[in-house]
Amino acid sequence: MAKEMKPNEIIQSINYTPPAKPWMELPVEIKPGMFCWGAKAKSLNILGLPNARDWNPSHEDWKLPENWKDTVLEGMADRLKKYRSFKLFMDICVRCGACADKCHFFLGSGDPKNMPVLRAELMRSVYRRYFTTPGKLLGKLGGARDLDINVLKEWWYYFFQCTECRRCSVFCPYGIDTAEITIMGREMLNLLGLNIEWIAGPASACYMKGNHLGLEPHTIKSNVEFMLDDIETVTGIKIDPPFNKKGADILFVTPSGDLFADPGTYTCMGYLMLFHELGLNYTWSTYASEGGNFGFFTSNETAKRLNYKIYAEAKRLGVKWILGGECGHMWRVLNQYMDTWNGPADFLEVPRSPITGTVFENAKGTKMVHIAEFTADLIRHGKLKLDPSRNDDLVVTYHDSCNTARGMGILEEPRYIIRNICNNFYEMPEDTIREKTFCCGSGSGLNAGEDMDLRMKGGLARANAVRYVQQRYGVNMLANICAIDRAALTTSMNYWCPGVGVTGVHEMVANALVMKGEKPRETNLRGEPLPAKGGEGNV
Amino acid sequence: MYNGGKIIIGLAIFLGIATLPFFSNIGTAVKRPEPSLDTPVIKEVQAQLGRKDVCVEPKAFMQANHMRLLNEWRDSALRQNKRLYISSDGRKFTISLQNTCMHCHSNKKEFCDRCHNYMAVKPYCWDCHIAPKERGGQS
Amino acid sequence: MSAFVSFAAVVALVLLAILGVKGAGLTGLFGVAIPYAALAIFIVGFLARIVKWGRVPVPFRIPTTCGQQKSLPWIKQNKIENPSGTLGVLARMFLEVFFFRSLFRNLKGELREGPKIAYGSDKWLWMAGLAFHWTFLIILIRHLRFFIFNVPPAVGLVERLDSFLQIGAPLLYITDVVFLAAVLFLLIRRFYIPQVKYISLAADYFPLFLILGIGCSGVLMRYFLKVNVVGVKNLTMGLATFNPVVPQGLGTIFYVHLFLISVLFAYFPFSKLMHSGGVFLSPTRNLSNNSRIVRHINPWNYPVHVHTYEEYENDFREKMKAAGIPVEKE
Repeated sequence: MAKEMKPNEIIQSINYTPPAKPWMELPVEIKPGMFCWGAKAKSLNILGLPNARDWNPSHEDWKLPENWKDTVLEGMADRLKKYRSFKLFMDICVRCGACADKCHFFLGSGDPKNMPVLRAELMRSVYRRYFTTPGKLLGKLGGARDLDINVLKEWWYYFFQCTECRRCSVFCPYGIDTAEITIMGREMLNLLGLNIEWIAGPASACYMKGNHLGLEPHTIKSNVEFMLDDIETVTGIKIDPPFNKKGADILFVTPSGDLFADPGTYTCMGYLMLFHELGLNYTWSTYASEGGNFGFFTSNETAKRLNYKIYAEAKRLGVKWILGGECGHMWRVLNQYMDTWNGPADFLEVPRSPITGTVFENAKGTKMVHIAEFTADLIRHGKLKLDPSRNDDLVVTYHDSCNTARGMGILEEPRYIIRNICNNFYEMPEDTIREKTFCCGSGSGLNAGEDMDLRMKGGLARANAVRYVQQRYGVNMLANICAIDRAALTTSMNYWCPGVGVTGVHEMVANALVMKGEKPRETNLRGEPLPAKGGEGNV
Repeated sequence: MYNGGKIIIGLAIFLGIATLPFFSNIGTAVKRPEPSLDTPVIKEVQAQLGRKDVCVEPKAFMQANHMRLLNEWRDSALRQNKRLYISSDGRKFTISLQNTCMHCHSNKKEFCDRCHNYMAVKPYCWDCHIAPKERGGQS
Repeated sequence: MSAFVSFAAVVALVLLAILGVKGAGLTGLFGVAIPYAALAIFIVGFLARIVKWGRVPVPFRIPTTCGQQKSLPWIKQNKIENPSGTLGVLARMFLEVFFFRSLFRNLKGELREGPKIAYGSDKWLWMAGLAFHWTFLIILIRHLRFFIFNVPPAVGLVERLDSFLQIGAPLLYITDVVFLAAVLFLLIRRFYIPQVKYISLAADYFPLFLILGIGCSGVLMRYFLKVNVVGVKNLTMGLATFNPVVPQGLGTIFYVHLFLISVLFAYFPFSKLMHSGGVFLSPTRNLSNNSRIVRHINPWNYPVHVHTYEEYENDFREKMKAAGIPVEKE
């Protein structure tokens, strides 16, 4: 493992001017720190994915099957017939370049192949060569090139340097979405067993054990019990949440990251406290214990296989509807894919908040509600007693997750909650939030340890905007509604803007929540002393 | 086809626009206009010079360039007060729309308008000049 | 290199027309046969291309949402940027097609001292793109006077508005100037902006040079070299009424103009210019974000291997029981 780059080394390495040599003549260089380890045989075997073997991307030999080229081209032909997005986006790009500097990986690395248009051209060049007449006739002049092992490696390197965040697609005059191209690229790479272990491992764990972290049922319960002890210490209230309870009204599904490591665990404590306070008849599930879906970063089929559990478990437990926790790509999948894959959810009821009576008309098909919608509705109806001053030591800014912003549009709900639970909230510059939000730099399964240079380069754009509000308003807390954000941004904040912490919105909700019968709180959920009442916050 | 209905509507609109010229002329008698040179003055000049092509410049030039010549004449007469034009074959003319051009071409409707109508151009000569009164004739 | 090849190709096309007409006298070929063939290729090719796209299903509902979703009744939805119904989609598509809404958002990111990345609004591409497409459309409409015998009043109105400055004779069209300026801008930025230069292919330069050639030959013909327009309309009306005539004495420049247009039409369906039809089919723009309300159907959705609860409980039954988690089979 090479030494990780320091912040000033990354800054100095950025050069937005492309090299003199045309990109087709620039062979790919698999740089340490910029890629993740290859998927292990074990993980691929569990999922029944092809060409399972142990391999090392930095080695010359990737142990590919003899006919790998045919496999890729057949895979491409197949997908061109299945996805209009893919076919269309291969054909209509005019290379206007509007997307070029919209990608966080380009902004943080200057690598021209990280410009969305060029990332797509990596594939388009092959598409033209084998699927279009001008490409077949004109060859290189027609922007076409042969598929060879170097091209394949280039695909692998750069399709695992895209977080499928869709920011480029916001600016494209035809809506060309690089995420679609990356998704197709990864599908084809997976036909050859060319996944990364950071995705294949969690996906296989999720398949067998119900969640990415591979937490077994009893571990889930004991992890939650640890949190319950902490909650009792802070609030004096003992909570006894139900697991796999038949006949509950609501099934709660959240990313397993929240069960495992802080600051996600604090968010999880927030859910537990909120549901307890409401007296909600809900249940956790150890089988559908994952909201996220690393299958989505593998292939459509894998994603569907992992997603199956949510409806299946809702049906088995006989709940009325499903509530989903704070997570980014989980909601892209739930909003845009789940019902299509595994629906219709005709065994469930149209979601209705048992507390406020609000019927969630916008979820009447999937029967799945986002917790930010749920909580915003509670606050709007005055059902929560909140003391925002408990969060007075926080100067908060809010990070929109790529997927909830651009694959769903959940923008105001979390902001409404934040304004009601803390007194110091400042937005980052307009060009870096809402639909123009920047990726944390580690999404789509890239938040491994071995690709830290890539992650920090990709995280620069987000961190840069945070630092702006840090310097201007003294922001010290970055709120978000995504489990990967909570893990990834913690690292990137320490790296780029030390002094800024990361929190889930529901951690702040729980800190502000005045619960029935609670003891006077002295600390927040992190065990840090609460700010003095009416005085200065101890920042 | 998927979303076939919408796509077919779109394609029909495209086809309609792309073939608009073909449809819009159905049932119209399309004839190339022939501006008439049949005026007494022109006949007189033709007889005098003993040839057909008697305008200030040759016919082919006038067909493509008359508007430019008129524009130059206007600038010359009104802005520089120069009213003498010597044609390429050495004849002298007074620069004047009313008194020179329209003197020969006294048949605006059969001369000017025929082509202008065909081409759907509306020269702004008559914004300032008084259009000549004509005897009968149809536009 | 690819820019040079594209430029040379357009020059060659111009020479071909000049040689063909002036040298070989092939006015019938260049004035009638090639334009008909080009239009046929354009129409059939365009339709075929769209049908080809249309035959591919849209398996998932994947709009790029650029505003607040439809949510609780008291949260204001952005009905255009995040539509949940047909009307919103129509509005979104209208803004996209006619005003390039997405490109209007364009920003320029710069790395500055600090270090910090700063973003500035960058509307030049949007402006030039809009100017180019709109003037192209107006010019096309103006040209209808060559193809419709009884020119509709609307076409005349467009012409009069376009020439209201009353400069020169024939009157100068504002769109001619803006069009050439916009094409030049779009061409120059391909050389000037390093990233754009880096991604540009021959397929990007060629249409620009070709369209520039069309614009220049048209401007030359109207304002400088002059042709007998009555003769031109004689030919074009012949084409439009399937009664082709080739009048004598049309200037070579006319044939150059017509030939370059024919090439553009014939090239169109095989090129990136099909973005004109493609934008209407773009699933990130033409779908409403209502997949939580109505189930979107994937026509090739197929059953997959899953890990059922039963299998899961079989794996973990003892551990679940020990932890006090309810199980189906004791």
